[in-house]
Amino acid sequence: MNDFTPACLLRLHDERYELEDYQGGVPRWCTGCGDNAILTAVQRLCRDENLRPEKTVFVSGIGCSSRFPHYMKTYGFHGIHGRALPVAEGIRMARPDLNVFVNTGDGDCCSIGAAHWIHAVRYNMNLTVLLHDNQIYGLTKKQASPTSPRGTKSNTTPRGSYLEALHPLTVTLGIQNVSFVAQAVDWIPEVLYEIVKAAYHHKGLSFVRILQRCPEWLPDAFEPWIKDPQRTQLLVHPDGVQPSEAVGRTYKNQLKHDPSDLNRAREIAGGLDPIPVGILYRNPSVPCYEDLRRSTKLRTPEYIRAGLEAELDKFTVWPQAAEA
Amino acid sequence: MKKATILSDTIVEIISDSGEGAQRCGQSLGAIAARMGNGIWTVEIIPAEIRPPARSVAGASGNRIRMGSGPITNGGDQTDLVVAFNEQVLLGRVRAGELKPGCIILLESLWREHKDINIKNSYIDTVEKLKSAGYKVHEIAMERECVALAGSGARGKNMFALGMLCSIYSLELQLGREQIALAFGKKDRKVVDANVKLLDAGHAWAEANLEFKYRIPAKRPSEPQVVINGNTALALGVLASGMEICSMYPITPATSASHYLSDVFEKVGGVVHQAEDEIAACTFAIGASYAGKCAVTITSGPGYSLKQEAIGLAVMAEIPLVVVNVMRGGPSTGQPTKVEQGDLFAAMFGSHGDAPKVVMAASTIEDCFYSMITARKIAETFNMVVVVLTDASLATSQQPFPRPKFDPAWIAAPTDQSPVGEGAKPYDWEVATGLARRFIPGQPGGMHALTGLAHDRASHVAYDAQINEEAIHFRSLKLAALQKTLKTPPIHGDPKGELLIVGWGSTKGAIEEAVDQARAKGAKVSSMHLRFLQPLPPGIGEAMKRFKRVITVEGNWSDRPQDELIDESNRRYSALAMLLRARYLVDVDCWSEVRGQPIQPASIRKLIEERLSVKRQPVTT
Repeated sequence: MNDFTPACLLRLHDERYELEDYQGGVPRWCTGCGDNAILTAVQRLCRDENLRPEKTVFVSGIGCSSRFPHYMKTYGFHGIHGRALPVAEGIRMARPDLNVFVNTGDGDCCSIGAAHWIHAVRYNMNLTVLLHDNQIYGLTKKQASPTSPRGTKSNTTPRGSYLEALHPLTVTLGIQNVSFVAQAVDWIPEVLYEIVKAAYHHKGLSFVRILQRCPEWLPDAFEPWIKDPQRTQLLVHPDGVQPSEAVGRTYKNQLKHDPSDLNRAREIAGGLDPIPVGILYRNPSVPCYEDLRRSTKLRTPEYIRAGLEAELDKFTVWPQAAEA
Repeated sequence: MKKATILSDTIVEIISDSGEGAQRCGQSLGAIAARMGNGIWTVEIIPAEIRPPARSVAGASGNRIRMGSGPITNGGDQTDLVVAFNEQVLLGRVRAGELKPGCIILLESLWREHKDINIKNSYIDTVEKLKSAGYKVHEIAMERECVALAGSGARGKNMFALGMLCSIYSLELQLGREQIALAFGKKDRKVVDANVKLLDAGHAWAEANLEFKYRIPAKRPSEPQVVINGNTALALGVLASGMEICSMYPITPATSASHYLSDVFEKVGGVVHQAEDEIAACTFAIGASYAGKCAVTITSGPGYSLKQEAIGLAVMAEIPLVVVNVMRGGPSTGQPTKVEQGDLFAAMFGSHGDAPKVVMAASTIEDCFYSMITARKIAETFNMVVVVLTDASLATSQQPFPRPKFDPAWIAAPTDQSPVGEGAKPYDWEVATGLARRFIPGQPGGMHALTGLAHDRASHVAYDAQINEEAIHFRSLKLAALQKTLKTPPIHGDPKGELLIVGWGSTKGAIEEAVDQARAKGAKVSSMHLRFLQPLPPGIGEAMKRFKRVITVEGNWSDRPQDELIDESNRRYSALAMLLRARYLVDVDCWSEVRGQPIQPASIRKLIEERLSVKRQPVTT
């Protein structure tokens, strides 16, 4: 489909990138905002994987977390509310050579963009999707989001939100073609990094829900969990995350979970307390939509011409005129 | 041997219940006539439902074929001859005023002996009424003939009818046989043979039993022609333009373009992506455009409305994008299978804020093809959204046009992956034109965060209203830069006179035919047809001033001056009329209808006669 062949480009010297090569504008998130932790983990990933900045795109929607691309020194696409996923899908379909990440918030992904979320999982295009879930609308100043726990007091629910929270993990694990689901929390940076790294290496749509604090609007939302490490349950497995000794010393509540077990993943996903952290599900054998659809042929003008002429032949009347 | 009456132009309809094959019969007749060298224009008659009840007035399904000696540019006026498989579908056409007074009707007569007394009586009653109204009704036991001759009844009747029509219009039977082989080519040889047998039988029956016969002399054009409908032309245009990705969501009447493209695009390495909704279809295309070559999304009215926010993003971020709106009756769900030109303002002004985009309208089937190539080129040259308007009439009508000769310049250039110079900015607007080089992912040094927020030349978010104003200024300038490259639309007829008719879109053929007919009678009328609606090409104001009166003819709503409440202070003009009035300060009038059918030359002829015979009333304010 493409008429450029990135595989042919010679790498004359092996560039090494440093953290500052990925650092764009100074983040304008609040002090203590979980987005900062995610940015740090992602910039570290880019450096460690030596991702070429010009070959890397961060796509976002609208919301606090969707400012993410502005703080990276890569290509970025800060689009419209809820539509980060289809934009990223278009990029992926056009360009197999790019590293494509999606940053989306709980309102962006699970409310206004919910239809795209469901279908993106089903398309299973090779994208790393980071759901920045702080359980509240931040940029529009404190409205309940679909993931706000029931009873959350906000400007649109002053007497507490009425509905049970939608659970992004269980929803995602219920969709056909799901291939990678993980959950991370901003207050364990090491595990967050490991999970983002595993997500990046997964071929297919990797969906990472990251629970993150909003110090401005819901400062206490995760306090009980942060104060009591027993209320965080690490999912450990040789094919999943293997926490370091230091992390293991603090987070002793660990559960051995094989990420290839979808039914078990679904059971774990429903758990709210303790919060499961780790890779819930991974299936590298689910086909990617772009691989099913893209042609490997080089689209030269001659190739297109041949296709066009063959079609025109079908509709041409009195071909004898052509011979005259 | 019967003597054939010579005709220069005639209109035939074949109508049946849905699923009885009238569509295929009609399309085949058009193709055969085209292969004879006749000019043709075919129009699909489509019921709103997939399976409307049998024998219902609203359920007519079929085809209308206008055949002529020379080129045919529109569906024409009323029908001269109709083949109907039952009297109810026929009644629908009579009531819609589609049949010419005294027209020939070839009617399936099996209903006369139907065992259901209500059906029998309805048939007899209708035939009597039609006869007394002056229609020349020929009752033909088509189904019985088919059973007797070919051993099949209802299923082959359409090919029997095709055979009759070949006889009636002196079309070469061999071409009919070849057409059947083409149409049924994918099926068994036996199917082709059975249908050819029915064709031959219909032909023989008509030769032996009908006392009339016509011939439409054909002038074979000197170059090969393709016969396709507008949606197929659109799809081939997408293919020829070098675009790689089309994303869409099913919607009538746009979808058939995507059906065809889905079949052929992959053969040249393209992808048709059926998205989960219209918004995703648009944003997917935007993502693909952003990362490489311009992509296209194809839709109709309601889908076009849904895409507005995304279109605004493409405008703001200056991402090339082609959006096709195959217009249908609106507002809301409206009339999905009917033609209307109601979306001009939505195309021009849709999306909030100042969102300048290019708006083009295809006016012929051929134009549907070339518009896609032009639109892609403009989108990429100016980094703009180009909206291409077609409509339900162009979408389903067939007309021959010269086979396109492929030009490698049609194809989009390879995606630019060259490094960007030190300090270059992604929105480095050129002061005179507003143009800026676009940076595409993969280009070293071009990294930036594209945003739908107001931004400066570096794509940094602009919190300063002055910077926003500067950006709005440059995005607007691009339209002026494009406008300077456009040619003044030609005048059809004399460049000056009493009356100038201005139109856009699918009405071109009907307007020009009416103008030619009126001019032949001495009327000082001319017409001008606009392909670009935004920006309007230069020279239109001057052209209009050379006429005493200017009127637009459009398929959208305009208030009727004769209504009690309507006066100059509140009259809503048709879209193009309003546009021309505002742009050129010329007192442009309008005439419009929204009947869901293509505007007929006869209506425009009548309008010309009225306008040229009445002295103009002074405008009172």
